[in-house]
Amino acid sequence: MALLRRSETVIAGILLLAMVLIGTINPAFWQLDNLFSLMRSNVIIGIMAMGVLLVLISGGIDVSFPAFAVAAMYLTIKGMLALGYNGVVLPLLAATLMGLAFGAVNGFFVYKFRMIPLIVTLGTSAMVRGFLLGVVGTSMININKMPTALIDFARTDVVSVTKADGTTYGLTAMVLIYLGLALAMHLVLRYTMIGRSAYALGGDPEAARRAGFDLRKTIFFIYCVAGALAGFAGLLHSGMIWLANPRDFVGLELDVIAAVVLGGASIFGGRGSVLGTMLGVFMLVMVKNSLIIMRVDTTWQLVVVGLIVIAATALSAWRDRRRAA
Amino acid sequence: MSDGFIELRNIRKVFAGVVALDAMSLVIKPGEIHCLAGENGSGKSTVIKIMSGVYRPDGGEILIDGKPIAAMTPIEAIAHGVQVIYQDFSLFGNLTVAENLAMNVHLGEKRRLMNWRRTRAIAREAVDRLGVELDLDAEVASLPTAGKQLVAIARALMSDARLIIMDEPTTALTRKEVETLFRIVRDIQARGIAILFVSHKMREMLEISERITVIRNGRKVAEGPTGDFDEALITRHMTGGDILNEPYAWTPPPGPPPVPRLEIRGLTVPGKCEDLSLAIRPGEIVGLSGLLGSGRTDLALALFGMVPGYKGEILIDGAPVRLRTTQEAIAAGIAYVPEDRLTEGLFLPQSIKRNMLATSYERLAPKLVIDRSQAEEMTQGMVRAMQIATPTAEKPVMQLSGGNQQRVVLARWLLTDARVLILNGPTVGVDVGSKAEIHAKIRELAQHHGLAVLMISDDVLELVQNCNRIVLMHRGCFIEDLPAAAVTEETVSDRLKTFT
Ligand SMILES: Nc1ncnc2c1ncn2[C@@H]1O[C@H](COP(=O)(O)OP(=O)(O)OP(=O)(O)O)[C@@H](O)[C@H]1O
Ligand SMILES: [Mg+2]
Repeated sequence: MALLRRSETVIAGILLLAMVLIGTINPAFWQLDNLFSLMRSNVIIGIMAMGVLLVLISGGIDVSFPAFAVAAMYLTIKGMLALGYNGVVLPLLAATLMGLAFGAVNGFFVYKFRMIPLIVTLGTSAMVRGFLLGVVGTSMININKMPTALIDFARTDVVSVTKADGTTYGLTAMVLIYLGLALAMHLVLRYTMIGRSAYALGGDPEAARRAGFDLRKTIFFIYCVAGALAGFAGLLHSGMIWLANPRDFVGLELDVIAAVVLGGASIFGGRGSVLGTMLGVFMLVMVKNSLIIMRVDTTWQLVVVGLIVIAATALSAWRDRRRAA
Repeated sequence: MSDGFIELRNIRKVFAGVVALDAMSLVIKPGEIHCLAGENGSGKSTVIKIMSGVYRPDGGEILIDGKPIAAMTPIEAIAHGVQVIYQDFSLFGNLTVAENLAMNVHLGEKRRLMNWRRTRAIAREAVDRLGVELDLDAEVASLPTAGKQLVAIARALMSDARLIIMDEPTTALTRKEVETLFRIVRDIQARGIAILFVSHKMREMLEISERITVIRNGRKVAEGPTGDFDEALITRHMTGGDILNEPYAWTPPPGPPPVPRLEIRGLTVPGKCEDLSLAIRPGEIVGLSGLLGSGRTDLALALFGMVPGYKGEILIDGAPVRLRTTQEAIAAGIAYVPEDRLTEGLFLPQSIKRNMLATSYERLAPKLVIDRSQAEEMTQGMVRAMQIATPTAEKPVMQLSGGNQQRVVLARWLLTDARVLILNGPTVGVDVGSKAEIHAKIRELAQHHGLAVLMISDDVLELVQNCNRIVLMHRGCFIEDLPAAAVTEETVSDRLKTFT
């Protein structure tokens, strides 16, 4: 009974239903290479979603992470090229730290000036993108110039299968990084006080203040982690697609927020889980992927994602109202 | 010099030009039960917020154990053993009962990690200490008001408190629950913990406290052992005058009996109340009482169109109406002042004016444009009539004291030209002075404007004094319909006690 009432169970049910439906329309859906490629598409959105989840739980919203991701990615790669450095760990660390620093700016404005997170992150997003294109550059860095170490790293597979026609396909090891980060986020949210303080802040900011939570710490933590995850995901993404495009990730915020809300997080704060978010991400990626396979126009894909955001938000609002009644 | 645990000396607090506290002094001795009495807006809640470090005073001193505290912060207050149960409980609705209970312990110990097993153990102990039944895994948002309060009280009891402050703790409790609370209060006092109690119910104050401080307009006007006070004296200190209370008399007009303003026939809300029939004639004030969960609120909600699935008939002035939405109810001439003004009635960040006019906009703007001067006139009139303590009607309702917020809700409905007025706990959290004014207003509406009033209340005295009939409800049924002239507070209370 308790299991049935959990939103994760409901989301998993809907996901299964959607999978069966899509599988019926397009039997190729169930093929292993399609499933592998689906999971691969989960990685970047999924990692970013972890940050957005944290922000939503705390009652905020973040639309700046795609800008932070692209800036961290492009700056890092530019730096690597300039220094002639070819590695993996240090660049990933650098991109993460850059994202973290950007996130701290969000945290500063949200905490210090009690500003609405949407406005703050819209502002920082525009500034970071503008700065990147105006000062750092607009040119893409293609496969021929991309640091090879990054590409090799992102190419690692956990399993690989050889098809009858001799071509091989595999499941990217980046999935493990995603799972690891998701697990870490789950542990933070569930088993640390800072994680619980995010829920408390999202539940009732005034009560959280009275209870004696250090809200400065909480808010900075939340936006720094969201920024750091975005920076990390940004660089990983360029390794996976062998390309560093300073105009990347435009409009991604909608997809990620849609996925997180689809995963049961409340847009009003206070509710949400890692498992639900992962299911939400999978669902969104799967739907978008099927639309592509079915050759639905990209503009119509936007309509679908918009619909998902509205439907999922309406559903969660309805749920929260019923709970309060 | 002083033997107090905590002492306020000449505290001053100003909010944007409004002086909430002015030279306020208060001493609380270790282990005593102390009552703070005062009218709405006199500054009681502000005193509490200063003691708990939520507000910083603009002047004066706070001493704990005789030592001045430089800057009281919430954390410091908690560290000194000051615990507050707020009027709004200050709970996290999205978290479970267990986590809400254990939160302060974790924070106090400066934990970094969350131990769920320990959380449950702490919560279990807290609930046991309070001696009540609470589902530890329930989400707090899903609990009824009384349940939320129990959680808040249990939480305050569990820290190593030296002073527990309760801001109007009994307003949402039934008599039985109040008795439980008082038993607990005496129990914790026996452990050497002081209790500061804010209430508008004189009888409770006199019953539970050892010392009383009366505050008026942000200043202490009287202080002393409870034995030195009686209801009249406290009232005099609070208001600077006496208040008379006469029972409400209603005589049917000569001739054939008038058509009832409101009549219900066989009203049934599945699982909540069954086969209720009642007629209220113009000018009647009918009281409705019963324990929490007796179905009285469900009846009110059904009458206000919030239970579209009800069965049975509702007639207004003899004409059957079907109430499926609140709009239909309002159109039928029904006004409802809810029990929980904070979540059901008010838009806290909005101005007094907007809150008052919320249900009148349609009337004010027949052609889509609001008649501003009329709107202004209506609000000004109401602010004056209801004696709301505010410099301007533009002030956000959030900044009003609890009792003044209640007046705004009442004012809103008085503006709708309703024919049937349903009041659910009309004077919960309202001081004696304003209570009398609100009652007078309600009587006037019934007597001179022919409204039918259904007054739901836990305060039996309020019903006895203001109704001409009292209906008792239990487990979804009407048990008795008593003429108020034939009963006293005691007989009704005794009757209610037999309901279990
Ligand atoms: N945050 C605030 N901003 C502006 N004014 C405020 C604020 N809080 C309280 N006030 C004002 O300070 C005065 C004292 O309010 P307070 O809430 O302490 O009264 P109270 O004695 O608790 O009343 P009640 O019995 O109605 O709860 C009121 O005039 C109120 O309008
Ligand atoms: Mg108050």
